[in-house]
Amino acid sequence: MKKIFFSLILMIATLQLFAQDNGVEMADSLRSNGKIYVVVICIVIILVGLLAYLFAIDKRLKKIEKENHNSK
Amino acid sequence: MNKTWWKILGSVLVVYTAIAGLLLGVPHLPILNETIRNLYFHVPMWFAMIVLFSISVFYSIKSLSTKSEIDDIKAVESVNAGIIFGILGLITGAIWAKYTWGQFWSFDPKQNFAAISILLYFAYLILRNAIDEEQKRAKISAIYNIFAFPMMVVLLFVLPRLKDSLHPGNGGNPGFNSYDLDSRMRMVFYPACLGWILIGYWVYTIRFRIRSIENKQQHN
Repeated sequence: MKKIFFSLILMIATLQLFAQDNGVEMADSLRSNGKIYVVVICIVIILVGLLAYLFAIDKRLKKIEKENHNSK
Repeated sequence: MNKTWWKILGSVLVVYTAIAGLLLGVPHLPILNETIRNLYFHVPMWFAMIVLFSISVFYSIKSLSTKSEIDDIKAVESVNAGIIFGILGLITGAIWAKYTWGQFWSFDPKQNFAAISILLYFAYLILRNAIDEEQKRAKISAIYNIFAFPMMVVLLFVLPRLKDSLHPGNGGNPGFNSYDLDSRMRMVFYPACLGWILIGYWVYTIRFRIRSIENKQQHN
């Protein structure tokens, strides 16, 4: 677990950001206006919500499994 | 695999993909423009599907020798979870195609064969529902699954390469890894694949656990 976490941190730390411009139209203005962050926040909220829901289902299922196991 | 750490890892990776996938730099390419970021979301769906179908074929082979009902349930539920990812892959692919190839469905070999491979697995589920006797159902569907898996691999990875296809990596088109997938994109793409595979596996374990409780109650 520690190793995985450590390697993940190292991976993120080596991120290199190059500026590249060869005349292809990209959504750079959206980025500089800062509005892309609104989209990112929305997507992250949806993902976190769904994942939390999945965790909740998992927890409930664990409880049912336990009860089922005890009743036998 | 009853621990929580890999579920958290999967969740963190998927959330990381959404943030890094939208904010980090990508190569500036004509036609693709910003849609190149779809690579982080569309492709991992297929990876998750293939991993789940591989789990399914593994348990199908195992169930033939063990004759165990648990292995049979594992095989079905991983197909059930894998199909969800396959359908999501088809839909995201169609949307991506609309804005880069011009049509949602241009009857591209890759699209057609991907749809057929999903149909193969629908047929697997329908075949199962058609047989009432449990032992027979387990055996016949396991054998079907063993045939369906290599068919799926051929349909997705071999046949599209032999025809003219617009899809990257097929029909003379270079894959994303040759020039598009630079080191910046790898930083997001690989974690995305791992993350979605873990989430897919998680969905499969939940489905399997529900099914085995239902099974137990039926037998009681």
